[in-house]
Amino acid sequence: MRVVIIGAGEVGTAIAEDLADEHDVVVVEKDPERAEDLTYQLDVLTLQGDGTSLETLETADTGSADLFIACTDDDRANLIACGTAKTLGTPFTIARAKSIEYLHTWERNRSAFGVDFLVCSDLLTAEDIVRVIGLPAAVDIDQFAGGLVQMAEFEISESSPVTGQTIAEADRFESLTFAGLFRDDEILIPSGETRIEAGDRAVVIGSPESVQSFALDIAPETTPGGADEIVIAGGSEIGYHTARLLEERGFSPTLVEEDESRARHLSEELPETLVMQHDATDTDFLVREHLDEADVLLAAKDPDEQNLLVAVLAKRLGINRVVAVVENLDYVDLFEEIGIDVAVNPREVTAEEIIRFSFESVAENLSVLEHDQAEVLEYELDDDSELVGTSIQELDAETDFPLVVGALTRNGAFIPPRGDTVLQAGDHIVVFVETEFVGELTCLA
Amino acid sequence: MVWRIDWRASLGVLGTVLTYLALTMLVPLAVAVVYMEDIWVFVVSILLVVILGFGLKRLDPEPDLGPQEALLLVALAWIAAPIVGTIPYLLAGFGTESTVGLQTSSLGAAVESFVNALFESTSGFTTTGATVLGEISLEQHSHAVMMWRQLTQWLGGMGIIVLMIAILPEVAVNGAELMRSEAPGPDLQKLTPKIAETARALWIIYFGFTVLLVAILYGLHLTGTVIDADLAPNMNLYNAVAHAFTTLPTGGFSPQADSIAAFSALVQWVIIPFMVVAGVNFALFWHVFRGEARVMLENTEFRTYAGLLAALFAVLAVLLFGGAVPKTDPGGVTEGVTENALRQAAFQIGSLLNSTGYATADFAQWAEGGTEAQLVLLFAMFIGGSAGSTGGGIKVIRWLVVFKAIRRELYTSAHPDVIEPVRLGGNVVDEDTIRGIMVFTMLYILLFGVAAVFIMLDSARIGVDLTVLEAMSASLATIGNIGPGFGDLGPFGNYLFFPESSKLLMTVLMWFGRLEIVPVLALFVAGLRDSGR
Repeated sequence: MRVVIIGAGEVGTAIAEDLADEHDVVVVEKDPERAEDLTYQLDVLTLQGDGTSLETLETADTGSADLFIACTDDDRANLIACGTAKTLGTPFTIARAKSIEYLHTWERNRSAFGVDFLVCSDLLTAEDIVRVIGLPAAVDIDQFAGGLVQMAEFEISESSPVTGQTIAEADRFESLTFAGLFRDDEILIPSGETRIEAGDRAVVIGSPESVQSFALDIAPETTPGGADEIVIAGGSEIGYHTARLLEERGFSPTLVEEDESRARHLSEELPETLVMQHDATDTDFLVREHLDEADVLLAAKDPDEQNLLVAVLAKRLGINRVVAVVENLDYVDLFEEIGIDVAVNPREVTAEEIIRFSFESVAENLSVLEHDQAEVLEYELDDDSELVGTSIQELDAETDFPLVVGALTRNGAFIPPRGDTVLQAGDHIVVFVETEFVGELTCLA
Repeated sequence: MVWRIDWRASLGVLGTVLTYLALTMLVPLAVAVVYMEDIWVFVVSILLVVILGFGLKRLDPEPDLGPQEALLLVALAWIAAPIVGTIPYLLAGFGTESTVGLQTSSLGAAVESFVNALFESTSGFTTTGATVLGEISLEQHSHAVMMWRQLTQWLGGMGIIVLMIAILPEVAVNGAELMRSEAPGPDLQKLTPKIAETARALWIIYFGFTVLLVAILYGLHLTGTVIDADLAPNMNLYNAVAHAFTTLPTGGFSPQADSIAAFSALVQWVIIPFMVVAGVNFALFWHVFRGEARVMLENTEFRTYAGLLAALFAVLAVLLFGGAVPKTDPGGVTEGVTENALRQAAFQIGSLLNSTGYATADFAQWAEGGTEAQLVLLFAMFIGGSAGSTGGGIKVIRWLVVFKAIRRELYTSAHPDVIEPVRLGGNVVDEDTIRGIMVFTMLYILLFGVAAVFIMLDSARIGVDLTVLEAMSASLATIGNIGPGFGDLGPFGNYLFFPESSKLLMTVLMWFGRLEIVPVLALFVAGLRDSGR
């Protein structure tokens, strides 16, 4: 596969590094020194030039490329680069955009800007943080259908309240589906009578709220409940999205932002979040508002140094779990060394997402479980799909391999899948299936 | 005082407004023809108003309205309309027993008759419904004059300026500014890109509901005659139109001395939902007719309005059923009589909460059984209709914002760093709007209190002793555009006995209440600032 990557920053370099072994990679970089460095660092072809110019892209032979990844630090340059690439050939284009505005536009029409897949780094980072904060018990978590559907895999411990219960007893949530159980290298497609044993790994698919509630059921000690206090220090875009996603999951976080107009804006955007306008590094303030008694603190201010300060302060005040956003990749280890529980790097998160998506698939989205024993896939059903018009019950009966429809979204809303739910064109379905049958399922969809 | 306002432009447009107002007098003229009454009253009135209108128009043949001129126009229009509206009263009552007819025996009598006529006319245009007619009957007053009295309320309800925006292109240019000054409530909701279309849509909905009510009321009457049952015996076409004219604008005038109590229980039940409708934001009906009923059901103000109506109705119904009030005439016994208790409670709450002012029971007599039932009514009077409705009062939306802002203030005083916007149904209310609403509510309550004291002292001066509750109700009933109060100014009483000074004050209160004070004061403040330079 021929891959063209625009931008050799941390994201671009990480992607190039990952793809270089098996694919032919061309990297276009504006900065001549950086371009030259990369030539010696990785086994890729580097070109010095502007990724948005037609000439440069022609030189990079974009016309014959299969995959085009625009991942500079400039949102608009990335979008224009993708649009330009589409005029030269038909590569699959992936753009990185920090701002969620472009993601919204792209979600409205999936061919907007000539982008085939848009990675919103602020949102991705926030989603990652929410997973870290919200579901510490999960082994694996993934989002589908633009965040409406969540898949999570939990290891059931000896002490978990659901150990020994049947699936029917444990699954109390309407919008949650038990997709599969892994027990000693074996996959069980569970029925209502299947009994959960300690050491099982359960895969559930459902709305984010139901997954959160389920996590609270199986691991009450580690999972934060609605009553737990979450403090977000810093109203950056990442801080904002984290608060928004936490609200969606039923939390009421507290957000501290120093800038008054930004704080006011955030308080208007976030109805369930308590917004305070103050310097988050002020110990007196933290103690006065009892923020030192919080269960989790996220440091999401702008420069890394500020985050370091907030995080260290929070640890000293006795906050149990401290998560920090670290822009500079080199600092990640440093943060974790001095006792910060998790340091999240937006560039790393973005690179991972793009790499994950670089492996072509008919599915809209997929997640690989347990060393590729099973996969969770999302399909958008179009008018020609064989599945349109069949109910989920019929689908189960007609297919000769086991599959579980874990969730369904229609017109941007979550619909709990029932036996008599009839699939329509335009629906997104999230399906759990053993890896060996993925090909057959894809033929159907 | 130097006015930097192009007042000629305002007066020029006012001339146009007045000529159109003269046209509306064709309705009572037609009534006079049908009932073979004296047509000269309205012929002369129309001529006078048309001449005045054309005279004003000559001041500025091509008026160019800026925002300040627009504000001045609204204030002037709402002064001119009630003044012009007195002409038929004065002419028709000339030389008769009528309290609003022109008296020429002495200067004092002439002034008194003019003050009375102005009070009646202002009460009409502002949809208040307080009256100084000594005797309400179709014997003493002609059908035509009584129809004019009803019509003034109908015109004032949706607003004469809004009507002008709908039909006159030269007014529509600065229509948004004009409409904001006239439409009740803190904010203007534009439904369509063109303001004239919005104004037209509102008037069509308003007109539609009025026609519907006429059709139902008169339909009941006809059906009753055909099947020979007493469905609505007194509801002839004249009464049906007259009452539809004052139900939808939350007016409250009636050509019957007994108000709605003159009609059957069925008619009373029919009028209740229409009074409730009149207190709802008409923009919401626009959404409903476009098939977006959801917008109405999810509207916070509408839900609160409906909830308040239901809650106060329930409380009053229980009180009436439990015997908190004596037998009244009209009204009858409610103690232990389910239908009557429910109907009287629903009617009185439906009428007073949104400032209509109709009555089916003489609640002024309720005081004999203790004041708790009257207090429920007083509480309802304080609420008012919705923004964008024809109702008066402080308005549900303002109360919502006031309470939410107070709650926020209490919370942030304990947590000074917290920034919390005030939300209404998910939308953030901006701080300027909150400040405006706070100032309005404070001013309203201040004016209400000061006026109540003034009315009490002023009445005592001429030997009329009012109770505190009565003085408060007089002030509230006029500033809130409600109409009836307690005591002698109850729903079947009148305001005739007040001294002239109090009547004039109440006329101003009605005017303030309808225009919601702020544009009026803005004008004064603008004028003072300019003169200070």
